[in-house]
Amino acid sequence: MTTAPVPVETASAPLSRPRNLTRWLSTTDHKDIGMMYLALGALFFLIGGVEVLIMRLQLARPGNTLLEATTYNEFFTLHGTTMIFLAVMPMLLGFSNYLLPLQIGAKDMAFPRLNAFGFWLTAFGGIVLYLSLLEGPPDAGWFAYAPLSERPFSSSLGTDFWAAALLMMGMGTTLTALNIIITTARYRAVGMGLWKMPLFSWMVFVNSFIIAFALPSLSAALIMLEVDRALGGRFFQGGGSPVLWQHYFWLFGHPEVYIMVLPAWGIISEVIPVFSRKPIFGYEFVAGSTVAIAVLSFAVYAHHMFAVGFARPVNLAFAASTMLIAIPTGIKVTNWVATLWKGSIRMTVPMMYAIAFIVQFTFGGITGVSFAVLPIDWQLTDSYYVVAHFHYVLMGGTLFALLSGLHFYFPKMTGRMLSEGFGKPAFWMITLGFNGVFLVQHALGMMGMPRRVYTYPDLPGWGALNMFSTVSAFVLGLGLVLTLINIVISWRIGRVAGDNPWQAWTLEWATTSPPPKGNFVRLPPIKSSRPLWDLAHPEDPDHQRPTRHDQQGKGHIRLEEKDHEQ
Amino acid sequence: MSAPAVLPTLQPASPLAAPITTLTYVTLGIGLAVFALVTGLTFYFIWRYKHRGADGEPPQIFGNARDEIIWMGMAAGILVFLFVLTWITMNRIDPQAGQDGTPDLIVTGHQWFWEADYPRATNPAGMGVVSTASEIHIPTGRKLLLEVGSADVIHDFWVPQLARKMDAIPGQGNRLWIQADKPGTYLGACSEFCGAQHAWMRFKVIAQTPQDFQAWLARQAQQAAPPPPNQTDIEDGAGLFVRQGCGECHTLRGIGARGHASQGSVGPDLTHFASRGIIAGGVLDNTPENLRRWLKNPQAVKPGVRMPNYRLNDAQLRQLTAYLETLQ
Repeated sequence: MTTAPVPVETASAPLSRPRNLTRWLSTTDHKDIGMMYLALGALFFLIGGVEVLIMRLQLARPGNTLLEATTYNEFFTLHGTTMIFLAVMPMLLGFSNYLLPLQIGAKDMAFPRLNAFGFWLTAFGGIVLYLSLLEGPPDAGWFAYAPLSERPFSSSLGTDFWAAALLMMGMGTTLTALNIIITTARYRAVGMGLWKMPLFSWMVFVNSFIIAFALPSLSAALIMLEVDRALGGRFFQGGGSPVLWQHYFWLFGHPEVYIMVLPAWGIISEVIPVFSRKPIFGYEFVAGSTVAIAVLSFAVYAHHMFAVGFARPVNLAFAASTMLIAIPTGIKVTNWVATLWKGSIRMTVPMMYAIAFIVQFTFGGITGVSFAVLPIDWQLTDSYYVVAHFHYVLMGGTLFALLSGLHFYFPKMTGRMLSEGFGKPAFWMITLGFNGVFLVQHALGMMGMPRRVYTYPDLPGWGALNMFSTVSAFVLGLGLVLTLINIVISWRIGRVAGDNPWQAWTLEWATTSPPPKGNFVRLPPIKSSRPLWDLAHPEDPDHQRPTRHDQQGKGHIRLEEKDHEQ
Repeated sequence: MSAPAVLPTLQPASPLAAPITTLTYVTLGIGLAVFALVTGLTFYFIWRYKHRGADGEPPQIFGNARDEIIWMGMAAGILVFLFVLTWITMNRIDPQAGQDGTPDLIVTGHQWFWEADYPRATNPAGMGVVSTASEIHIPTGRKLLLEVGSADVIHDFWVPQLARKMDAIPGQGNRLWIQADKPGTYLGACSEFCGAQHAWMRFKVIAQTPQDFQAWLARQAQQAAPPPPNQTDIEDGAGLFVRQGCGECHTLRGIGARGHASQGSVGPDLTHFASRGIIAGGVLDNTPENLRRWLKNPQAVKPGVRMPNYRLNDAQLRQLTAYLETLQ
């Protein structure tokens, strides 16, 4: 692939950042847009969090009457939709937007105005979703299974608002993905081959292909659903196939899981090497396995449908593909752990979140394999075991990676450090709270508690475990509030960070904090995936390391490794 | 009646559910071992290689293709093992049910109750008529072919101790096998979100000895007994049932009420209502007091339920309850 030359000098003044509302509304700078995505995501995360705390209160004891059945169903529909489309995805797109051009040494995205358009489509999608409150919010779940989502069973306009919002957000995300693909393909700095890109950029790049191929399936399904609902069509009802909706939905919905975790993995792949003071172990494997995951993510979708009554060969094929995807995922985990080996590990707050990520994500991945063991799925699908599983992946994995990335990149974005004094207690509250909420839900699923129930009978143990889960949810919430306070205070009076406070090695740390418009005044020469290492260690640059493994099978090592061995 | 199991997915009571429990333990064991290994190494490395103030950078190790291939191979080996176990277990618990032939039992999901029909049971006139709700009776010791369908939206049939779960999809008859080893009551619930009262779409499977089951079936095949004479409340209740139009939705064989929907009725068949232990999809036990509460305002007990509030007065409530309680 060719790389377009990027001027290394920019004449624009540093810190020409928006100062008032009009400028925020009209900005096309990728860093501003990235931070706006992050703010949007944080806002909706707060909304989705309040929704779930109310839901947890309703579930605190059996037969509780805080929420009506329908209200509870509206709450979990909004919670799921909000968290996936308006909290996690915007936050990840925020990091992608902010970091990708910086990591590849570009001045901006390929199409800055398209980039802004993508953000505003997402933001307006969020507004449309919540405007449904005026007409009765959607109540068919974020997955909107037909025929429950069809007019006869969901007669308010809520589901129509939901579909319109998802269409808008889907378009915005797709445009952003195309922008990322083209930016990565065409605007890398001189010298930066694909195999020298930082892993975050690698994963965001591959991820954008998943987005570009997965979201059209959702858009098509949403349009068909609207044809059914508004025009009396028969795609999924009245002679149409209710299962067809699930095929379309999960052909988007499963890749969506990887859309959410891939950038998170990218963040982890940046944080762990920096705080271990080592390069990532097996760079090529960590990057390459991403491609395998991207392809397989489409091949596993029907594992969400093991209970719909497929023929044996179909079930077995999807069980096999689901088990297969555990291998490239496992490669990533083993390489993160191997990166710690013989490192010089510094347990900063970003690193603590990254370690919690490894532990929790591994746990969620293993329970994921238990669903590929199909008869277990026949027992536990749609129970609280699933709720526990995917929260371990999406919250214990993705959210913890986001928090790691937030603490890691906050100094770059704002020029100030987040307080570790606030950060550490917040970390422990979030970690203990999170595990308290969801660990017990594995047991609840095995005890026979179906998911998406607004209440439950008073069976032995159910009340106690649910109460424990609810109390933990508030501990988790408190930790997140503490993090928010940390952000607000540190932004104003935090310690000044400097350009490269963590002594990291990728390009985004080669410019000021925050970076100027145009990103770089001068780019260092790029001869390896760690240009700043090469700069700091002219006696031992990466690009002069041996390209083959040594005979003893000890990996690529620098010549003077023996001197450092303890 | 036995008390419900605390951990039903790990306390199977059927040769069709037991292999899933075994498989769960095997998977759980392997999973915990992998988790312990990853977590153990992580914390060991953190403890062992924690930065201790020494200057300079640690050895820069870039990777090792041989190690990568070894742990990829180990992962693949574990997964192949699990896949083979998966395949074997599927064949044991879910032998392909032929699509021809009459099932022993047809279970239909409704918003929000489960209807169970016994197509092989006949009344004296030779017609398959036995239909019950929220309580499914089965004989022990025999593998039964069960067909699961839906009258409206997608539901999901789940009795953790007896069988795999299976979606109930409108327009599609999914088949599965079910079996109970010994008499007892096994709890079931709808597992797929199906609308407002998804939470109260619970049911019980009551396994009986074959003799008890046959006796139950024969009794259920009878028409409803006519109201005994000289019991005004009961007679008035029967009349009220007809006048209020209860028969629009509920079948009650014996007084000419046949619910009108094509697939099953809109509401449960009430011919032998009083023989059931729970009402309203498991919200309430079937007692005269609860029944009165339910009839007084179903929406207050189960908001969103398809049964409207008929605003019956106290006398009418007493009469209707008295009548329904005679329907053994």
